[in-house]
Amino acid sequence: MKYLIRRLADSLLLLAALSVVSFVFAQLAPGDYFSELGTDPRFSTETVAALRAQAGLDRPLPVRYAKWVRSCIRGDLGYSLAYNSPVAPLLWQRIPATLLLTATATFLAWLLAVPIGIWNATVRGTWGDRVSQLIWAVLLTIPELVLAIVLLVLAAESGWFPAGGMRSAGFSAMDRWAQARDLAWHLALPAAVLVLGMLPVLVRHVRASMLDAIDSPFALSARAHGIPRGRLLFRHLLPAAMNPLVSLLGFSLGTLLSASLLVEVVMGWPGLGPLFLEAVAARDFALVLAVVMFSATFLVAANLAADLLLYRLDPRIRTE
Amino acid sequence: MPVACDPFLCVQGLGKTYAERRWWGGSRSGKTALEDVSFHLEKGRTLGLVGASGSGKSTLARALALFEPPTSGAIRIGGRNLWSLGGAERRRARAEVQLIFQEPAASLNPGFTAAQIVEEPLVIQRWGTRQARREKACGWLQMVGLPRQSAGKPALHFSGGERQRLAIARALILEPKLLLLDEAFSGLDLSIQAQIESLLAGLRSRLGLTCILISHDLRAVARLADEIAVMDSGRIVEHGATADLAARAQHPRTRELLEASLALSLDGTLS
Amino acid sequence: MSEAALAVEHLCIEWMKARNTAIPIVSDVSFRIESGAIAGLFGESGCGKTTLAMALLKLLPHGRYHAEGSVRIGGREIRSLGEREMERIRGADVSVVFQDPGLSLNPVMRVRHQVGEVVRAHRGAASPAELLELAGLPSSDRILNAYPHQLSGGERQRVAIAQALACQPRLVIADEPFTALDAIRVVELIDLFRGHREKLGTAFLVISHHPGILARVADQMLLMRGGTILSGGPPRDVFRNTKALPWGNARGV
Repeated sequence: MKYLIRRLADSLLLLAALSVVSFVFAQLAPGDYFSELGTDPRFSTETVAALRAQAGLDRPLPVRYAKWVRSCIRGDLGYSLAYNSPVAPLLWQRIPATLLLTATATFLAWLLAVPIGIWNATVRGTWGDRVSQLIWAVLLTIPELVLAIVLLVLAAESGWFPAGGMRSAGFSAMDRWAQARDLAWHLALPAAVLVLGMLPVLVRHVRASMLDAIDSPFALSARAHGIPRGRLLFRHLLPAAMNPLVSLLGFSLGTLLSASLLVEVVMGWPGLGPLFLEAVAARDFALVLAVVMFSATFLVAANLAADLLLYRLDPRIRTE
Repeated sequence: MPVACDPFLCVQGLGKTYAERRWWGGSRSGKTALEDVSFHLEKGRTLGLVGASGSGKSTLARALALFEPPTSGAIRIGGRNLWSLGGAERRRARAEVQLIFQEPAASLNPGFTAAQIVEEPLVIQRWGTRQARREKACGWLQMVGLPRQSAGKPALHFSGGERQRLAIARALILEPKLLLLDEAFSGLDLSIQAQIESLLAGLRSRLGLTCILISHDLRAVARLADEIAVMDSGRIVEHGATADLAARAQHPRTRELLEASLALSLDGTLS
Repeated sequence: MSEAALAVEHLCIEWMKARNTAIPIVSDVSFRIESGAIAGLFGESGCGKTTLAMALLKLLPHGRYHAEGSVRIGGREIRSLGEREMERIRGADVSVVFQDPGLSLNPVMRVRHQVGEVVRAHRGAASPAELLELAGLPSSDRILNAYPHQLSGGERQRVAIAQALACQPRLVIADEPFTALDAIRVVELIDLFRGHREKLGTAFLVISHHPGILARVADQMLLMRGGTILSGGPPRDVFRNTKALPWGNARGV
């Protein structure tokens, strides 16, 4: 319990610090939403200045920060100048799609990585292991962008998978079961890109962690007591190897989120990615900040959950 | 027992309680490792500190070697209270007390060469030029019975006993006033142990060293120590000359240790 | 004549350093340990004692070591057995107590389960509580539910012993089990081993580099140096003949 409260307090402090940093950095980008208007000769400088004042962009930084924090607490995340709408609804509309993609990709990636990593560890040194290492190395060097484009081209050519989007036309007319299938069909390619991108890293870590456990004195001791191989691996060694992997889980969620924003843009998945890109291009300050803070909160929450899980799983951490 | 502080090493009322930290930042007292430890040691004498595991011997060694501050009491060498010294003074004081650990494999950097290991204290204390340091290190290698040519060999190529010799050379190169050995002989083969013991005995008389030998093995200590102090649960329960202790142990703990040690000796004696 | 707990004949073990380089570690070793006997294996570090012990259980890494000769446990030749059959023998007919219980116990498993796993692997019936008592530990909840790092060194060693005795093996191999313990605990442990021998007829092979300990615990001694067994016999005789000992007449023995 003490641990939970301490970690929670740490996380909140971190979020506060992140909000300040994000706010300041967003400001550092030259120009704002009205800069383009300023270059247009039809608008006089006074008009532009008046528009800025109206949007409150001319106030000093700390004042704007304080105002922003106050409104966030009330639930008002600001006003998007580019979309001419409050930020909050824009966000809530897009978040489910991103979460669906990220969660599915994480789940699948780990579901594959753990057994494959364990297998790699048990066949260390054989040709099976060497071929695997080669595959991971190749996968690791291919940028996600390239993977996405290749898969998209394949989809377009073969028609096996949709080349973008989240729903087919006539989605609302389908029954529940058909809707789920349709969603999965659309989810397949983006998730595949993310999984293939993350898999090499995860598998390598699982393999390394399992090897550490396999080579340890307590593994030899368990063998000396006649514990059969299968049980040894899953009941004795895997729990001992979990420690670094749980921390990696929290970390991988963060990486996956960043990668998913890119994949969404390329593959036309209607999540936060395309929204964010537009906001940055238009220098829509409020929207950029909102997306950044959402990502930050998500990351901090994920790592907090991973830390708590680790605390629960590894008894050695509990005696500090 | 009131202790006059004329002797070389004077430990008074030493206590060490580990603090448990609470989640809001406060603390409460946890385990008491040392309680009201007092003894003194004349220059040139060797004290054997014995006790079962958990009796506080290693905690005492770390406090003496200036690794961990005690929570109460004072340690005085030649009248100066070691823990009350400030920065530069304390660094010089560290050179006066050297500690040799049990596991030579763990306490020496395996990547360093023999010469690098032995001259490291000189480097830390910024003594002399590179040439002078290297010369002195090689001289000490010979003093501990290792060939000069082995100066360039990495530590992992040395055997356990040879590594312990390196540790001794490293400890003595600064000519410390007090040498502490924390279970320095356990884990070594007995023949090697005998050799290291005689090496130490020779160096001790040559350099007039004051030593404290810490061990759970009464016999290892009895051979080299002039006096023996027995520890139990953080306190010193008996302290006397070696010969007296062997003949007339008073405290039950001492008798227990004595009996166990005798039971494990081949000829039923302590030496 | 009943079968010996352990009968080794002409055992040779080589370390395959490289494809064509084989370095002999153990050469032509033969000895017997009868049921209920406690044998001490004495030798300095590097003489091959641990390699020999691991070879008796076929725990040496496959491919890096090459062994020849006969090893019979309770009359049964093990050199020709496969890994599956060895899994049944290890822990049940022969078991091991390792040197450092801090390393040989699983750090994320409670004592109750660690001991229980050994029983389960061999379909035994003893409860963890009973086994802890057998090893001289109180079967309190504190110890049963503890993780290894929450126990003292002596307690950990006894948990390892409880594991070794879980299935009442014919032979227990103890590889330097006393190194981490102080004199008082060592004497207690020696009494525990001897007590076991009386009650259950378990044979022990105790490996140590400490002659005093071996003299107290063992009925027969095996002196090992450079991979061969030099001599055997009752401890007092073996150690009295100091010419056989590596340090000649140095005091301290």
